[in-house]
Amino acid sequence: MITTKSVSYTYPSASEIVFPDLSIPAAGQFLLLGESGSGKTTLLHLLGGLLKLQRGTIDVNGTALSGLNEAQLDRFRGRNYGFIFQRNHLLAVLSVEQNLLMAPYLAGLKQDLNRVDEVLTQLGMADQKKKRIRELSLGQAQRVAIARAVLNKPSVIIADEPTSALDDKNCSRVAALLTSVAEQNRATLIIATHDHRLKDTIKNVIQL
Amino acid sequence: MNLLILITSYLRARPLNTLLNVVLLSLGIAMITILLWFNKQMQEKIADTTKGIDLVVGAKGSPLQLILCNVFHVDFPTGNIKLIDADRLAKHRLVKHAIPLALGDSYQNYRIVGTIPAYAELYKAELASGDWWKNEMEVTIGAAVAQHLKLKAGDTFASAHGLSDGGHAHEAHPFVVKGVLKPTHTVLDNLILTQVASIWMVHEHTDEEAPVARPDSTTASVLVPSVMATDSTKEITSLLIKYRNPIAAIQLPRYINSQTNMQAASPSFEAARLFSILGVGIEAMTGFAYVLIFISALSIFIALYNSLKERRYDLAIMRSMGASRAKLVWATQLEGVWLTLWGSMLGIALGHAVLYLFTQWITESQTAGINSMTFYNEELYLLIGSVLLGMVCSLIPSLQAYRTDIHKVLAGN
Repeated sequence: MITTKSVSYTYPSASEIVFPDLSIPAAGQFLLLGESGSGKTTLLHLLGGLLKLQRGTIDVNGTALSGLNEAQLDRFRGRNYGFIFQRNHLLAVLSVEQNLLMAPYLAGLKQDLNRVDEVLTQLGMADQKKKRIRELSLGQAQRVAIARAVLNKPSVIIADEPTSALDDKNCSRVAALLTSVAEQNRATLIIATHDHRLKDTIKNVIQL
Repeated sequence: MNLLILITSYLRARPLNTLLNVVLLSLGIAMITILLWFNKQMQEKIADTTKGIDLVVGAKGSPLQLILCNVFHVDFPTGNIKLIDADRLAKHRLVKHAIPLALGDSYQNYRIVGTIPAYAELYKAELASGDWWKNEMEVTIGAAVAQHLKLKAGDTFASAHGLSDGGHAHEAHPFVVKGVLKPTHTVLDNLILTQVASIWMVHEHTDEEAPVARPDSTTASVLVPSVMATDSTKEITSLLIKYRNPIAAIQLPRYINSQTNMQAASPSFEAARLFSILGVGIEAMTGFAYVLIFISALSIFIALYNSLKERRYDLAIMRSMGASRAKLVWATQLEGVWLTLWGSMLGIALGHAVLYLFTQWITESQTAGINSMTFYNEELYLLIGSVLLGMVCSLIPSLQAYRTDIHKVLAGN
């Protein structure tokens, strides 16, 4: 459950971006649509605790993000969120399995190899476990990024343009995987995108 | 998954760079290890060898040569001194005791030293087998001599004139081995000890009339009781003197150098002088080693600095996954320290490997009790220092990691 109230953000030498108040139910799936520069990424980063809140309040599962100091926020992020970005940003020097294990390691949680297998199987990547990131195709890499995002069973999955670099086939595949994986893990899914192909999969829309 | 796996993966991702950094540092550390070892071993050897010898008196010439010849047994004698003069000196009130040395012959490159048992006591020598030399032409040999020449009690050999190979052999006067000493890890291991009179005997010609008047206790020489104190024909090479009191250190050398036709030299002073001559070279090499270490530190810094720039996304993504700033700083520090720690450990290992080969090749040093596997506390300081060096190298890169702005990096594509 995420609720925001009178959130706005001002970049240096730019006009204030005012965001609508939101109320996103647990396990809900939402698209965050808007033109470039409308503040999709800013709102997403505010919701994800990646950007410090300037005005307004954001409440995630009963925790006010503004009430956390930086270290607490790091910890909160690690345990409650899963992030997926446009460029998959996997650690190229590590294997698929090692990349996934970074999630519990950095969040300070137990590293469960069974969970890694479980998630990779859900995403049809079980046989790629030992591969280096360089050896993967773009679509495969994005699936690893999804696996990493859901590994800790986060309550919120935040995705920023997860499909814009993919072709139609991979796009619908990734979108389907993302929604089903979020469902299986009972996580709230928020996808910021200008990729209208996703509208077929996710009906709830937040328009900026 | 842990930080060590992460940083070793990063280091493995650029193997040549990592190799260069580790090798550069290890070369510098190896040089310092070797120099340190030489310095320490030399000082220890010199201290061990000169212990109990305050002053060496011999024929006039180079004082350093006198010390090298009569204490370290590496150089040639400066000449001979009259036994009668040495006798007079041995009775001097400032002399606690005096040990005569007569050099000039060798066997298979090992020196034969005509002396008295007190010389062996200087180095706390003990018998491994057989007995001490008692009569003329009897010898007790050092452990290394016995080992290399395969000599044992009861064997005989003919000495050669001179201190190196190719001297004329004194076959008419064979020596008899009476005993073998235990290893003392001093110069004694390489010596063949006998009476002073044996050396004279070897060099006397047979046609010369042998039986001379045997002295009694009142008329005998102090240093070599088998000859008359008044015998002015006998010569020895040098006299090792132990002072009776500290005043002797001031008065005795001056007296000998100015009032007699002999010269006196202090082993510790000459050794220090020799060391200061060598010291210039050692300092230059140490300087070079530090230059190597500095370059490797610079290289590690540049590598970390550049790779941290490439890793902006990695750092930001790790922050988004819950890593604190402190963790990223620690990871960067660990990467620098990991490199320098390996570099220094490899360097110390390399240094000792080189020393091991060195001691294997140079058999003489092997026998003098030099051990290439002797580790010194300073090497621990080298390790600690290299950890600090790694932290310094990664200071600025870790600041980069600390300053990673997650939002800017992740939104900036």
